[in-house]
Amino acid sequence: MEALIAISIGVLTACGVYLALRGRTFPVVLGLTFLSYAVNLFLFSMGRLSIGQPPVIRAAATAYADPVPQALVLTAIVIGFAMTAFVIVLALKARAELGNDHVDGVEQP
Amino acid sequence: MNLLLAVLTPFLGAILVAWVSRFGRAHSAWAAGGVAVTALAWLLPILSEPFAGVTVVQRIPWMPAVGLDLAFRLDGLGLLFAGLILGIGLLVILYARYYLSERDSLGRLYAYLLLFMGAMLGVVLSENLIQLLMFWELTSLSSFLLIAYWRERDLARQGARMALAVTGAGGLALLGGILLLGEITGSYELSVVLASGDVIRAHPLYLPTLALVLLGAFTKSAQFPFHFWLPHAMAAPTPVSAYLHSATMVKAGVFLLARLFPALSGTPEWSYLVGGVGLLTLLIGAITALFKHDLKGLLAYSTISHLGLITLLFGIGTPLAAVAGVFHIINHAIFKASLFMAAGIIDHETGTRDMRRINGLWQFMPFTATLAMVAAAAMAGVPLFNGFLSKEMFFAETVDMAARMHLGWLLPVAVTVAGIFAVAYSLRFIHDVFFNGHPVDLPRTPHEPPRWMKVPVEILVLLCVLVGIFPAQTVAPILTVAATGVLQGPLPTYHLAIWHGFSPALWMSVIALIGGIVLYGARQSLFAWYDRHGSRLDARRVYDALLRALLAFARGVTRLLDIGSLQRMLFLFLSFAVLLGWIGWSGGDASLTGSRAMLPVDGVSLLAVFALIVVSITVVFLHRQRFTALVLIGVVGLVVSLIFVKFSAPDLALTQLSVEVVTVVLLLLALYFLPQHTPAESGMARQGRDAILALLAGGGVGALAWAVLTRPYTSIGDYFLANSVPGGGGGNVVNVILVDFRGFDTLGEITVLALAGLAIYAMLETLRLDAPRQDADGRAWNWDMHPTIMASFTRLLLPLALLVSVFILLRGHNLPGGGFIAGLVTAVALIMQYLANGVEWTHSRLPGNMHPIIGAGLAIATLTGLGSLFFGYPFLTSTFGHVHWPLVGDFELASAMAFDLGVYLVVVGATLLILIHLGLMHSKTGDVLNLEKREQP
Repeated sequence: MEALIAISIGVLTACGVYLALRGRTFPVVLGLTFLSYAVNLFLFSMGRLSIGQPPVIRAAATAYADPVPQALVLTAIVIGFAMTAFVIVLALKARAELGNDHVDGVEQP
Repeated sequence: MNLLLAVLTPFLGAILVAWVSRFGRAHSAWAAGGVAVTALAWLLPILSEPFAGVTVVQRIPWMPAVGLDLAFRLDGLGLLFAGLILGIGLLVILYARYYLSERDSLGRLYAYLLLFMGAMLGVVLSENLIQLLMFWELTSLSSFLLIAYWRERDLARQGARMALAVTGAGGLALLGGILLLGEITGSYELSVVLASGDVIRAHPLYLPTLALVLLGAFTKSAQFPFHFWLPHAMAAPTPVSAYLHSATMVKAGVFLLARLFPALSGTPEWSYLVGGVGLLTLLIGAITALFKHDLKGLLAYSTISHLGLITLLFGIGTPLAAVAGVFHIINHAIFKASLFMAAGIIDHETGTRDMRRINGLWQFMPFTATLAMVAAAAMAGVPLFNGFLSKEMFFAETVDMAARMHLGWLLPVAVTVAGIFAVAYSLRFIHDVFFNGHPVDLPRTPHEPPRWMKVPVEILVLLCVLVGIFPAQTVAPILTVAATGVLQGPLPTYHLAIWHGFSPALWMSVIALIGGIVLYGARQSLFAWYDRHGSRLDARRVYDALLRALLAFARGVTRLLDIGSLQRMLFLFLSFAVLLGWIGWSGGDASLTGSRAMLPVDGVSLLAVFALIVVSITVVFLHRQRFTALVLIGVVGLVVSLIFVKFSAPDLALTQLSVEVVTVVLLLLALYFLPQHTPAESGMARQGRDAILALLAGGGVGALAWAVLTRPYTSIGDYFLANSVPGGGGGNVVNVILVDFRGFDTLGEITVLALAGLAIYAMLETLRLDAPRQDADGRAWNWDMHPTIMASFTRLLLPLALLVSVFILLRGHNLPGGGFIAGLVTAVALIMQYLANGVEWTHSRLPGNMHPIIGAGLAIATLTGLGSLFFGYPFLTSTFGHVHWPLVGDFELASAMAFDLGVYLVVVGATLLILIHLGLMHSKTGDVLNLEKREQP
């Protein structure tokens, strides 16, 4: 199971990096979305994987998953949304001001 | 405490005066004067201590562990300077009241002046050297404001900038010097540093320390080659010049020399550096002053020259020379302040400062002329006035020094030449202005100034005469105590008297007086010579060239690093990250796989991850078809939230799921305004290059994740698991961490969220975008935007969805849920209304203005935190208890729930703010399109 998660993180990172290197704003935003998935999963996996042990205190439970990475990732997801929103609106603004959606603000010849 | 209060009073007073100024000019003058008197009053009770030989040190511990205290010190030197700063400050406040025209804001001037006064007091009354430096920098900053007081004038701004650049750079050097002093002596306390003179002088770092400290002092005191800023600072209003360039700003540099005299002086390096620079400055200032046609320019260069004189005295380094230095500090402050004020009166009355036009003012203002002539005579060193006494001590010291030096006779000759020029420029100030024919083409007809404008000058001139005639009865006590403060030990014997017999110093004075008169007589030919040659010597050109070089260098560095293309920079950045990762990897010899027992793979998980990989790769290949890519990326997010479900993170799964919905809606809204396809513009080479980098990065991160996942570890999580219920009163540990243990972090995070929302709002507010007329395939948009069935169902669903979100919010402390998730669920429910029913319909029924909701959320979260302060606990300490409600049963209430409510409101507000305003852009453009559609048939 660990291998599957590691591979998933690797694939998400690779897709994110490739898209972030594109020349138009929209693919770059998609790339950043991929990267935030990858980073969130990576941070989450710092607490190792466990099945059926949510960190909610119950009398019957014997073990719990590490709550610290989960707390960190929870806010990271929300902030990630805010940043995605910020970047995409910045892209709209850039398009309005510059007349194109190239990341450098100039159409390549 | 008195010293702290004395220093703080002007700073607080500055605010007071700025406020009082709205009630009129007289009020602000009285307020400013009152502030200066109050500061003086704080000093009065301890004023007698230095005279009794006691150094007052008052300290408030701040960071005692690293030797940082708020420590103040009052000894003779500090007392003298505090007296000059406050005394002349009071006179300047009175004078400025009449100098400044009705158009200029008196309150602003006084506020700056008081800021500066407080900073200067801080410099002269500090015991801690770091603290002294803070105030030192504050004098640079506040003098910048003062010099640039007439901010609409180019020259004022340039002069202020130059003064700030030069003195600020010197302040940096001084910081280095002070840190070295602290290293050498092990303390930043002046008491320790002043007592460790021998240790400092014997230390290998003595020379760098000395050089850095001197750089600070020389820049501040306008010593050669940094003197050029001072004449340009004359763009300030004259009261400011009278204050800054007589008793305060430039005296801070010589104050530092005097202050650190016991610690640093007494070596050949000190003598050559300080003495040499002082002598050069003395000569250059005196010679240049004669050729300045501007009244204030003459005084500026004369100030430079006198500062050089004082510096030279400290450079000579004998105790007696130091006494003479202190004496000249007092005398120069008195006569130069009065001269600047007299120059201001002349400027005020005639409307010009050009001495080629101002002539024969004696007939218009004989009283002012008398005052100015007395002060100028003191500046020239004429007997019976104060300047003569200290100047003769100065001459005597140079003669004394000459006997101890190779080629020493050059020193008395050089200072006599400077004395000749000093007499000549003083004579010019008297003769050229008040006599020498008639005024030439003056803008105004001059007459005597208002009564109270003359009072400060009268007081100062009276002091010049009293000190000059009765030195032993007037200045002797303060000179004794101040000189004791400088030397930190017994004083040499000296006599303050007008007549010392036929000493070499007397002959030098006589030569200077006669030579000066002769030189002034020959001025016309000298002026012509200077106009041909002398004006080429301008240190400002060097400064400008240096500044240009610095800017060019900065631009070069920027060009080197910022290549102007995001793609290339991102590529470099990521390559470097991969390279660093590889270096870290190859350094160790640990195996990739750790020893932790692994979980078994099941079929569903395999299928889900397979789907994730296939869809992700499909997105990359189809990314140029933007709509398809966007739909597919939703699948990726879904699988990610399933991963959270599988691996014991229900909170994350709920959050990811709801964020996924709002993200896709957001990107869809934005995509409407962007091209529907990405053009194919990257060549094969670039795509291949990017793909290789992407594979390297992905492989690296994947391997890293693998290495971590297979290794055992210990976590701080156990602490939170153990204390969640007893300490936080909640069973959902993730939520308790968010709202309780790490509540401060969460407060910061919702603030970021709120700021992002507001920034997006600000960007969208002025945005105008062209909406496409048809989709990518050329089909027109379908205008039936709100299908009836969907509209009906979402309206029915809304109460249910809101109920669910309230449920999630309330149970969040004990079961998966909480403010973030509940907020997102609410946001999704409301956005559904916008999607199904249109922006206008929804807008007219729901509160559309999200700013109050965000504000309320932040306020609730912050107030919850502050509430614990009220009960004597640290910020954001939470409490909880159980109440029994009829029907509902036992119900837990925690203060953290109020905090969570704040989180909830911010999340709802920020999310809706972003999406609604993006949606409103649609309706704006949509209206236009609808209109066109209706007009077409």
